[in-house]
Amino acid sequence: MVILAGPLGAVVSLAAADPVPWARGQMAFTLACHIILVPLGVSWTFLTLIANYRGLRHQDRDALVLAQRWSKYMAVTFAVGAVTGTVLSFEFGLLWPRFMGQWGEAFGVPFAFEGLFFFTEAVFIAIYIFGWRRLKPWAHFWTGVPIVLAGVFGSMSVVAANAWMNAPSGFVLDSQGRVMSVDPVAVIFNDAMPLQTAHMLVAAYLVGGFLVASVYAAAMLRGRRDHYHRLGFTIAFTVAAVMTPVQLAVGDSLARWVFHNQPVKFAAIELVPATSSDVPEVLLGRLNDDGTVTGGIPIPGFASWLSDPSTGRATVVQGLNTVPADQRPTVPEVNTVHLGWDVMVGLGTLLFLLAVWYAVVWVARRRVPRGKWFLRAAACSGVAAVVAMEAGWVVTEVGRQPWIVYGYLKVENAATTNTGVWVLFTGVVVLYTGLAVTTVLVLRVMSRRFRRAEAFTEGDSPYGPATPVGAGERDGADG
Amino acid sequence: MSTAVGAVLLLAVVAYAVFGGADFGAGFWDLTAGGAARGDPARRTIEHAIGPVWEANHVWLIFVFVVLWTSFPQAYASIMLTLFVPLALAAVGIVLRGASFAFRKAVVTIRTRRMFGGAFALSSVLVPYCLGAVAGSVASGRVPDEGRAGDPWSSWVNPTSALSGVLAVAAVAYLSAVYLVWDARRLGDHDLAEAFRRRAVGAAAVVAVLVVVSVFVLRADARYLFDGLTSRALPLVVLSAVCGAGAFVLLARGAARGARFAAVLAVAAVVAGWGVAQWPYLLPESLTVSAAAASTGTLTAVLVAVGLALVIVVPAFVLLYVLDQRGLLPDESADITSRG
Repeated sequence: MVILAGPLGAVVSLAAADPVPWARGQMAFTLACHIILVPLGVSWTFLTLIANYRGLRHQDRDALVLAQRWSKYMAVTFAVGAVTGTVLSFEFGLLWPRFMGQWGEAFGVPFAFEGLFFFTEAVFIAIYIFGWRRLKPWAHFWTGVPIVLAGVFGSMSVVAANAWMNAPSGFVLDSQGRVMSVDPVAVIFNDAMPLQTAHMLVAAYLVGGFLVASVYAAAMLRGRRDHYHRLGFTIAFTVAAVMTPVQLAVGDSLARWVFHNQPVKFAAIELVPATSSDVPEVLLGRLNDDGTVTGGIPIPGFASWLSDPSTGRATVVQGLNTVPADQRPTVPEVNTVHLGWDVMVGLGTLLFLLAVWYAVVWVARRRVPRGKWFLRAAACSGVAAVVAMEAGWVVTEVGRQPWIVYGYLKVENAATTNTGVWVLFTGVVVLYTGLAVTTVLVLRVMSRRFRRAEAFTEGDSPYGPATPVGAGERDGADG
Repeated sequence: MSTAVGAVLLLAVVAYAVFGGADFGAGFWDLTAGGAARGDPARRTIEHAIGPVWEANHVWLIFVFVVLWTSFPQAYASIMLTLFVPLALAAVGIVLRGASFAFRKAVVTIRTRRMFGGAFALSSVLVPYCLGAVAGSVASGRVPDEGRAGDPWSSWVNPTSALSGVLAVAAVAYLSAVYLVWDARRLGDHDLAEAFRRRAVGAAAVVAVLVVVSVFVLRADARYLFDGLTSRALPLVVLSAVCGAGAFVLLARGAARGARFAAVLAVAAVVAGWGVAQWPYLLPESLTVSAAAASTGTLTAVLVAVGLALVIVVPAFVLLYVLDQRGLLPDESADITSRG
């Protein structure tokens, strides 16, 4: 730093002086990237197995080709997810050593089990991806099942750790505030864990389903409406559509859990400066420094009513002012949380309406809607689902500020003391930007190559010549 | 109980060294394979050999971290605080390595393959160097206890760290070359098997020289470790030497399969020897394993997870390796290219 002179030097040393904002920024950035890959790892395998099953059961070659290609794309997204996930495990220590040193023995426990599931996932995804030609068809199909299970339990473990940060439990502290004993079961099954894991898991299926479906919707808009593309769309969209009402219910319960257990976060979500009843649900709008709420469209009493329908508009909602300023999110953070909330709920509702549209056409006409406007909306659903998930994640993370362990440890006391974080952050932003662009380009190149390959000629199936599709069918009958 | 978890940690490090390490070593040979045309057969074999297994092997590193931060949280905090630079470099290298390897398999033009291949190969050398240097820093007592930060530079820019970094690169390259002899032979490419055999012999010679050098470096720079290696850990050092020499002889005589086992044992014994030599310390001469250990509840949970791993993960790994070795997991990327 000494060699840098003038204003640039001043800016750099000023920026470098405090590692906390850099650490926060980097954690937020890397998690925001990784969280997009998670749903693909968790739910895409499930979609692939549906296609694979259909292909084997109904001797549907298109379905098999679809499953095989999906598994090849997955090889890329899983690799990128694996390495960006690894970065997170470095960052726990590189960015938050004081948090990990003090709380690692409690917070870390769910990861011991996550490790198990990650191992399982990595092993079976390799077998599934590479096993197409030489394994027997049904045996190959079954090697995919552990990936789905490992994805479910693995993401539950990780989210359990995050839930623990919201609802720390399962430990005893000594007089100096150090962890003295840990009850691992109480750590994993903390109070926030059931609803938070359910919410993320369903989100993973929503995002994965809509993301994959949106690619095929776009293809269908360009006139590729053959069986293959319709199948790709239908499998992915159906799974996502089924999940939308589930997510509304789970999300609603989780919001009520936050209302009862993290009242300050809830006050930030609903923009409640002071404790009151008959709290309006403000769509958009913002909190000002003087504690007033301006702008937006208020729905009178609706926030109170949603918090507890049994007491309706009389429900009292705790305000931000009930805790000292250094124990609640700052005004910009409150506005971020509130905006994140509006975006998540808004997009979630739109996606639900899209699913209803799909279901109505399905029931009325026994077929997938083919209209231009439906497909246009479906083509946007992937991006919308990703944005909704990111917004929801912003709500839970920013809403917890200034705490890293709710009520116990503040973020500023958890971060590293290394002043070089800004260098790492800059490097990581460059690296991840390159990674994101390249991932999309590579997936597109693969897709174009698949299309040029003109599917498979007669007698050439994804399964090897020794066991053609017909033999797969017989295998299934035997098993 | 802290001893048991310490042993688990050491075994996980050993597993990462011999499984994950070999995948990095393959990257070293990828880097040195020569131009696009000349190096093509070697690169194909490398892709074929590590394609199905590298992600699973990589999880060992995560496992090491998880055991550290749950069971020895203060030591983890100290290590990550002090060795910020090499660990950050390793993290960046891991991203580059994994992603570029996956990308290279997915693309076909020479230019893009060369670009991703270069990133893959360079980062494959960077990561073992950094992680080796980290190991050297810990072993030579340069990481203080109690979650404090040591010197950000001299903690890893010093004789022992430099030596262990270079040794790590050489050892994984050696291990990988030995594996690749067998892989090339399995694929029926005997010229290539012969080429990898020569490389393995060369790498073994380099490792041997480094080991001789390390005797002097460690005696001067990491006395506690040196004393441990020449007393407590001596049986493991001898085992490593015997296996190393055995692998050398087997390689020279072309017995690739036997050489594999001997080479794995040699590397595993040396890593295990490091752990035993610095016993009872986790961070030599400042923090013992038992003092660093988390509370009983956490250690129990980790051991339960390890028990489950023995039941679930180990059979899965065996299945993966058996299918891979029987050629039931062929590399599909070549397939796609021929069709496209």
